[in-house]
Amino acid sequence: MSDYAVEASNIVRTFSGGDVRALDGVSLQVPTGQVFGLLGPNGSGKTTMVRILATILSPTSGSATVAGFDVVKQPNQVRRHIGLAGQNATVDENLTGFENLRMIGLLNHLNKAYVVAKSRQLLDDFGLADAANRITKTYSGGMRRRLDLAAALVADPPILFLDEPTTGLDPQSRQDLWGIIERLVEGGTTVLLTTQYLDEADRLAKQLVVLDHGKIIAEGTSAQLKAQMGTTVLVLSFATTDDAARVQPLIADLSDKPANVEGTIIEMTVDNGPAVTADALRRIDAADIALSGLALREPSLDDVFLNLTGHKAEEPTVEDAMPSGRRQKRKAHA
Amino acid sequence: MSTLPASASTHSSLRWAVSDVLTIARRNLMSLLRIPVAIVFMIIQPIMFVILFRYVFGGVIAIPGFSYVNYLIPGILVQTTIFGSVGTAIGLAEDLQKGLIERFRALPMARLAVLAGRTISDLFRNVIVLVIITGVGFLVGFRPGGTVVSYLQACLVMLIFAYCLSWGFAFIGLAAPNSEAAQAITFPIIFPLTFASAIFVPLAKLPSWLQPFAHDQPISQTAIAVRGLMDGTPHGQSTWISLAWAVGAILVLAPLAVNRYRKVA
Repeated sequence: MSDYAVEASNIVRTFSGGDVRALDGVSLQVPTGQVFGLLGPNGSGKTTMVRILATILSPTSGSATVAGFDVVKQPNQVRRHIGLAGQNATVDENLTGFENLRMIGLLNHLNKAYVVAKSRQLLDDFGLADAANRITKTYSGGMRRRLDLAAALVADPPILFLDEPTTGLDPQSRQDLWGIIERLVEGGTTVLLTTQYLDEADRLAKQLVVLDHGKIIAEGTSAQLKAQMGTTVLVLSFATTDDAARVQPLIADLSDKPANVEGTIIEMTVDNGPAVTADALRRIDAADIALSGLALREPSLDDVFLNLTGHKAEEPTVEDAMPSGRRQKRKAHA
Repeated sequence: MSTLPASASTHSSLRWAVSDVLTIARRNLMSLLRIPVAIVFMIIQPIMFVILFRYVFGGVIAIPGFSYVNYLIPGILVQTTIFGSVGTAIGLAEDLQKGLIERFRALPMARLAVLAGRTISDLFRNVIVLVIITGVGFLVGFRPGGTVVSYLQACLVMLIFAYCLSWGFAFIGLAAPNSEAAQAITFPIIFPLTFASAIFVPLAKLPSWLQPFAHDQPISQTAIAVRGLMDGTPHGQSTWISLAWAVGAILVLAPLAVNRYRKVA
């Protein structure tokens, strides 16, 4: 296998006769043996990208290879080298955990005895041995995701596509799943992971691309992206929107990132939290404005998007969701 | 994570395709057995029809030279197998909705296997229902005049017809946004064809404008063929017409369904 398990070049995918451009020229290279993160909000094109790479959907234009095989011209060879798990690719809820794995193993054209042994072993490894003969419908969310992942692993694929593997899971189940993914990568598996969560991408992925409206808006290592967007978010809240509006220009120069006012709250991404906080407090105090709340927090995906694109992740479009004053402010910082 | 070597495959792709179809068919039947309510409903509906027409409407429907129960049961069996093939649409729509088909499409399995496996498991289900409803028929006085062989021929005719039709329902199941919609779409297709037909009443009792359609349409031809074979007075022409419809249907509908499966998003 080459250095790259997955290579995609200028992938475009349109829907509804070209009206919707789900992917608008995405290129990426996933190094073999790593976790590669595809980060983005709902509707950014992550799932469409995975579906194209998993040969479920064909690209409108562009090309991609997975394990060295062309996804359009050699889909069956691609399918022999991949496992897919995620929000849209699930198991049969009327079958037991074991029956599901056996079915997937047989459909991967593996020997029956091997499939049975492998299914039992995966159920063991993923803490599902006790639930092996229970109908999947009775599984908890975390168990279900582990079974989804196990189903993707029955054929020992060298490349794994995980589409939002932990969305909707409780913290403990997320941790469990992250541990499993890390062990897989230690064993040499390449993982392409899509996620809406910055902490997940940060924890698992060596390299990341950030997708927005079908385009890559940032790429690099998690550390590079963090450096690009600051490490902490300073949150200041005030009694009135007036106070917030008066403070904003006073502290705007403390970070090279914009200070955003939302009602009575100012949020600003900063590189040196404690020092900037102290500076900000001195200036607010000097202006004789009362602060009603203060917090420092880790940047969220929203903050990444705010900094990279000037709009929040969940906003459908930049222009119609923002008051004109803020729009100009952000453009000035872009 | 694996400790066992995967054994190399020596099977030809055709053998794997057959294996895939059987794996899917088996999964569908196992899945069906896990929902007892679904099995009960599958059988209750035709039993209700038997009781309704045998004891409620039967008294006012006179068939010259035929006891009504002997007229009715073959018709009910045809109706039941056709309703059974509607299950193909519902099953595929559910698989699609839940994301199973998404997973299947990323596997190196035969493309046709999801559809062939589904239609075959529905055929198998129809065989079971056919046996049960035949038993119910006997309980309410059904005494066909033909031989066991001609009875089995009758069953074969309607199973072939229902199987071929199920490919059309496969297309509907893949085209519908969800299983409820799939069921709703099949209703206006199936309802007029089963009721404006020779299933429950003799065609002579229908309004004259409706008679040509009711006589020539494929479900009527199948019902006439099945009734004739069960009675031991086969209508050769209707039997061949039913089989011709079946072959024609699968030749048109199977490519449509397969094409839809390839494109389904």
